[in-house]
Amino acid sequence: MRVKKTPLNEEHRKLGGRMVEFGGWEMPVQYTGVIEEHLAVRNAAGLFDVSHMGEIEVRGGGGLAFIQELTINDASLLVNGQVQYSALCYPHGGVVDDVTLYRFDGDHYLFCVNAANTDKDFAWMEAALEDGGFADVQLRNRSDDFAQLALQGPASEAILTRLTNTDLKKIPYYHFYEGLVAEVPVIISRTGYTGEDGFELYFAPDCAETLWKALLETGAGDGLLPIGLGARDTLRLEMKYALYGHELSEEISPLEGGLGWITKLEKASFIGREALRRQKEEGVPRRLVALTLTEPGVPRADYPVYEGERRVGVVTSGTLSPSLRVGIALALVEPDCAVIGTPLQIGIRSRTVAAVVVKPPFVRK
Amino acid sequence: MEFPEEYRYTEEHEWVLVEDQLVTVGISDFAQDALGDVVFVELPEVGTLLEAGKPFGVVESVKAVSDVYAPVSGEVIEVNEELPDAPETINTSPYEDGWMIKIKISDAAELDDLMDADAYQAFIEEEA
Repeated sequence: MRVKKTPLNEEHRKLGGRMVEFGGWEMPVQYTGVIEEHLAVRNAAGLFDVSHMGEIEVRGGGGLAFIQELTINDASLLVNGQVQYSALCYPHGGVVDDVTLYRFDGDHYLFCVNAANTDKDFAWMEAALEDGGFADVQLRNRSDDFAQLALQGPASEAILTRLTNTDLKKIPYYHFYEGLVAEVPVIISRTGYTGEDGFELYFAPDCAETLWKALLETGAGDGLLPIGLGARDTLRLEMKYALYGHELSEEISPLEGGLGWITKLEKASFIGREALRRQKEEGVPRRLVALTLTEPGVPRADYPVYEGERRVGVVTSGTLSPSLRVGIALALVEPDCAVIGTPLQIGIRSRTVAAVVVKPPFVRK
Repeated sequence: MEFPEEYRYTEEHEWVLVEDQLVTVGISDFAQDALGDVVFVELPEVGTLLEAGKPFGVVESVKAVSDVYAPVSGEVIEVNEELPDAPETINTSPYEDGWMIKIKISDAAELDDLMDADAYQAFIEEEA
């Protein structure tokens, strides 16, 4: 497979970005350092190139019915200009992908999906469209038509205001507006995956350099920094946000992976509903918990979790929290170990390190 | 990036400073830069017997875990006790304050296998 590049590849290199392969794309993992970049987003603002994310458009009068069958959340609750976090499931209840869904109007929706899953998701949607016999639905993979930037952090609104006439105060959390930023037509979405206030901007790829430079320049005085994938991961982890391939996968259901809150079993029908309903009735075999280490150490994905001598689960993501300066982890554990305050141990190489189940998020704003 | 002339280097990016039968060991400027922010260091206890080429400790950045390998065989006679409490010292001072252990060398001939600064720089360029 050829590694793809975003339109900002050269800009990342000019800024000293350390490039790595991620989900089939060459992306910057860091510029100056993960901790500095992480703290910039928490305290000021950060700019992320997220052009690798995929976009899949649904048009036509049958779009909502199709989306309702495809997703676990209730898309009928959306109004025009609103965004919903959701997921696609297999019939057995495992997760195809976690997604955000944008409603432009009743005949026009857009999914934003994970980069590595874009082709898989599109094929999955096409198959569901065919199987379901949905009339008047047009499905298009529009990933090549969009570049995407995420501006995140407490200074985001002040920075973006300088480049747009759109009244950003009128865009609530998880809503969007189509406007101009630095004279470029942009979908301005008040969303993100860092736990901070911020925006995700969708626009034509040939405008990426203009927007990237305009934002970095106007935000420089506010402490805005370009941010790589390294800090993107530590920021989402501090909020206990799931990452596909870690907390969610074909083998992990949304109920296990902490997405019970978007799993709308009361919906009449959706792919995976029966399996998930059964899992809920019988009780999930394992649950995602947030763990804080009470001894020095850095937990990592795949490390075993113990309660005394008993192996009770596995770490799905772990790091040293740049905000808290202690080891934090997400882990799938047996349900009786998921109670807040339960002392557990994480196997780190040849030793076990003490940890405790805590109430997420790790970092409160 | 700095590669002091008086040090020797391994292919695993450790540095060695030789003083009589005593060698001080750390990781190179190149290694700390590649790792990024170092947040955790695990060192052996004084008295541990090391075998050249075998891991003796661990350096962790936010993103990755890396073993550190013994450049020579011998006994650990001192460890940098301050390092576990201030692991970022490896980033800020890899050749001085960021030293990791001192080894009493058991076979001085093993030093001949190590690279000098020029050879190490050439090695890094070749690897890149």
